[in-house]
Amino acid sequence: MSPGTPPRLPDDERLRDLAGRLWDAVAAGDEYTATGTVLRALDDGLDPEHVLLDVIATVQGRVGEQWAANRISVAQEHAATSINERAVAALALHPAARTTPHRGRITVACVDGEWHALPARLVAEVLKLRGWRVDYLGAQVPAPHLISHLHTTKADAVALSSSIATRLPAAHAAITACQAIGVPVLVGGAAFGPDGRYARLLGAQAWATDARTAADRLAAGPLPCPQPDPRQGDDLPHLADQEYTMVVRGKDALVRTVFLALADAFPAMRGYDDTQRERTAEDLAHIVEFLATALYLDDDGLFTGFIAWTAHILRARGVPPQSLPPALALLARELKDFPRAVRILRRGTETLTTDHPTPGTPA
Amino acid sequence: MVSTRAQTAADPEPDFPWGGAPCPVLVADPAGRVVRCNDAAQALLPGARPGSRLADAVPAWLAAAHQAVCLPGPRTAGEPDAPWSGMIEARRLRAHPSVRQDGAVAWWLVDDTDHHLAREALRTERERTAFLARTSSTLLSSLNLERCMDVTAQLAAESLADAALAIAPARGRRLPVVTCLRGAAPTSALEAVDADEVPGLGEALRGFPPVPSRWIDPAAAPAWLIPEDFGPVGAIVVTPLPGHGVPAGALVLLRKEGGAAFTEEEEVFARLFAARAGAAMSAARLYAEQRAITEVLMRELLPPVLHQITGVDLAGSYRPSSDHERIGGDFYDVHPATAAGEPSLVTLGDVCGKGLEAAVLTGKIRNTLHALLPLADDHQRILTLLNTALLNAHTTRFATLVLASVARHGDAVRVRLTSAGHPSPLIVRADGTVEEADTRGTLVGALPDVRARTTTVTLAPGESCVLYTDGITEAQGGPLGDAFYGEERLKRALAGCAGMPAEGIVEHVQMLASQWLGSRGHDDMAVVAISAPRSPHRDAGHDRTPGGCAA
Repeated sequence: MSPGTPPRLPDDERLRDLAGRLWDAVAAGDEYTATGTVLRALDDGLDPEHVLLDVIATVQGRVGEQWAANRISVAQEHAATSINERAVAALALHPAARTTPHRGRITVACVDGEWHALPARLVAEVLKLRGWRVDYLGAQVPAPHLISHLHTTKADAVALSSSIATRLPAAHAAITACQAIGVPVLVGGAAFGPDGRYARLLGAQAWATDARTAADRLAAGPLPCPQPDPRQGDDLPHLADQEYTMVVRGKDALVRTVFLALADAFPAMRGYDDTQRERTAEDLAHIVEFLATALYLDDDGLFTGFIAWTAHILRARGVPPQSLPPALALLARELKDFPRAVRILRRGTETLTTDHPTPGTPA
Repeated sequence: MVSTRAQTAADPEPDFPWGGAPCPVLVADPAGRVVRCNDAAQALLPGARPGSRLADAVPAWLAAAHQAVCLPGPRTAGEPDAPWSGMIEARRLRAHPSVRQDGAVAWWLVDDTDHHLAREALRTERERTAFLARTSSTLLSSLNLERCMDVTAQLAAESLADAALAIAPARGRRLPVVTCLRGAAPTSALEAVDADEVPGLGEALRGFPPVPSRWIDPAAAPAWLIPEDFGPVGAIVVTPLPGHGVPAGALVLLRKEGGAAFTEEEEVFARLFAARAGAAMSAARLYAEQRAITEVLMRELLPPVLHQITGVDLAGSYRPSSDHERIGGDFYDVHPATAAGEPSLVTLGDVCGKGLEAAVLTGKIRNTLHALLPLADDHQRILTLLNTALLNAHTTRFATLVLASVARHGDAVRVRLTSAGHPSPLIVRADGTVEEADTRGTLVGALPDVRARTTTVTLAPGESCVLYTDGITEAQGGPLGDAFYGEERLKRALAGCAGMPAEGIVEHVQMLASQWLGSRGHDDMAVVAISAPRSPHRDAGHDRTPGGCAA
């Protein structure tokens, strides 16, 4: 990046070593060692962008993997993430990370309902390092907040982050709202698919795989300006069948009905304690959320990917995924009047019977 | 009757009965020679005599049309009606061919001038309407003044002039100017210039007296008015942007030397455009002013950002009931100790009701508590005085709150807690045990007397005390949509938070409550965590490990 960057190979090793040390501190819940490690690396002249993206982001990726493999709990994942966030905050205050804005202004935000703020925070810090003036709005930004912020600031673009696929309808609402007031949107995060297909489907001006590509894309030139489009709402014509609306509206009743019927279809459930029952209900609610999202996007792959991933996670937790096929069958029975939903649920069942262990992406 | 008269006046030849017809008729043979002309055609095309070459006698478009009709080969149906048209003298004519038995073609020339003019006018009008519609929808969508100026300059440069400047009323002594050249991106600048240097601009920016568009002499225009690389200027017009009671700004249009001058119609059109741009820019200005007022008033009501104070980790998080608001009826505050060794006061509370009215009362309570700080150690006294203040405040609202006096003792943190009608704070021990703080009391602002029992808890390093409002425990939702999040679930969740930094705990609790809710409505939700840091005591800002970082 900078002219004084040391040769590549030792640098890589050094970054790996640093990531290892940061991981140890994060895993031990040791905030002070974590921030100290990061600050010392900067004192030693390491490029802040490398520290952000090749050390902190790497460690965060490992936190996610550990959680998916059931080696740490949700609370531990949260603890690790908050220590990583403290490390980012410490880095941002270090003299090496001080820059004077000389480019435009970018608003960075997470979609409403999105709690994973760290990826967006990394984007915000990288953009600051590269000379942008950045407004970082943080996790879970309701669209009205985002829009009123844009009205007062005149950002050149919005960088919108979402990691959970079920937030895609909310992301779509935010994208169209930004575009309606003339601000182009760059999206990123696991929710938009490994190839960014949902970013295109939802009409974002650009998509980036990570903070570095996001910064590169914004540096490459202004994003195309969205034009007012009277045909707005025509990009997802399948929504006209109202299946998405009906499933979302009736979600609670649907989950309750299927939950009660599941006890008959899956006798092992009768032996569950309260926590296990609540867990099962949560899993059902999750399946319905993914089904609704698949209906919104009319994308069967989103649902089958989630089902394969759930089966994988359940196995990793030592829970046999036997309750999944009856749950899908019961959902299909309840939704028999919704042809798209029935089709998507059938695909989900097929995924389970073909059964290839697919460690998927949704989080 | 017309045909009878035409026939009597016509040439006796039966194959050319149109000699006196009012519409010009010209017959030409396949070889491209004129065979016959009627009187009207003769008058229109004096060179068209029988035997003369068509190419010499008629305009090229008609000669070409003849050639096309005479071309051998199959003819598609409808071709005889193909719209051949062109100019003859100052008139536009449509030529309709009819092919005779012998291959000669009779050309009927119909005057189309008025029709054509009407069509042209319609097309221009349609383009302008479409442009104005686009202008409106683009400008209406934004409430940002700079963006409105950008759009105004860009659209004007696209359709009205070679370059356009949108100028807003002066901000201080500088004039915000957005310049846009046709086909380029708008650039904005703050010009330290005097608007009155440009005739008509001062009035336009003041919005008074009302002035019409004004032509100015390009030679007299100051340099800042002419964009770089524009070249010689042919014409400059300054048009005021009419605001709604507030001056909106001015639009300056520039055309290059040698280009078309502004017609009267174009000037009218520019004024229609200016009316839209002015409306949008004044709305954006009003919005910005209102927004600035709200911002200032709100600043006092927003919960503060918490961080470490004198060796105690603090974190707070607030989620108002409505997505449209940033404030509500829950509040928290931290008053750092004024002297070393003294405790700091942390407060968290909940005013009955939600929304702006409740938020205003939280502001009063926070101010009152601030004024009572000298009594910070005497929780009972603070509550009594606050109660009296609220009872006298002519408000029917009441509040619940927790007072926490926090001080560091060695590695541990001692917290004195008093709850006034508020859910008891929860203590997260290092081993994951979650205890309820033993404090109870009456709410404030409702009864003449308040009574509360204070308790003291000691937090070992890594342990936390969590204050929360009932928005968390009364969050209704869950997988089946019908259950409260409840104290038991909160305790279970906190059991997993042992050793977590304060910030992590607060975010974790807010996330779980939010996931429990899904997209359902909720009350204001506030959480504050007070933690004893796990590492040896260090002041905020110097939190760097002293050597020996684990490798």
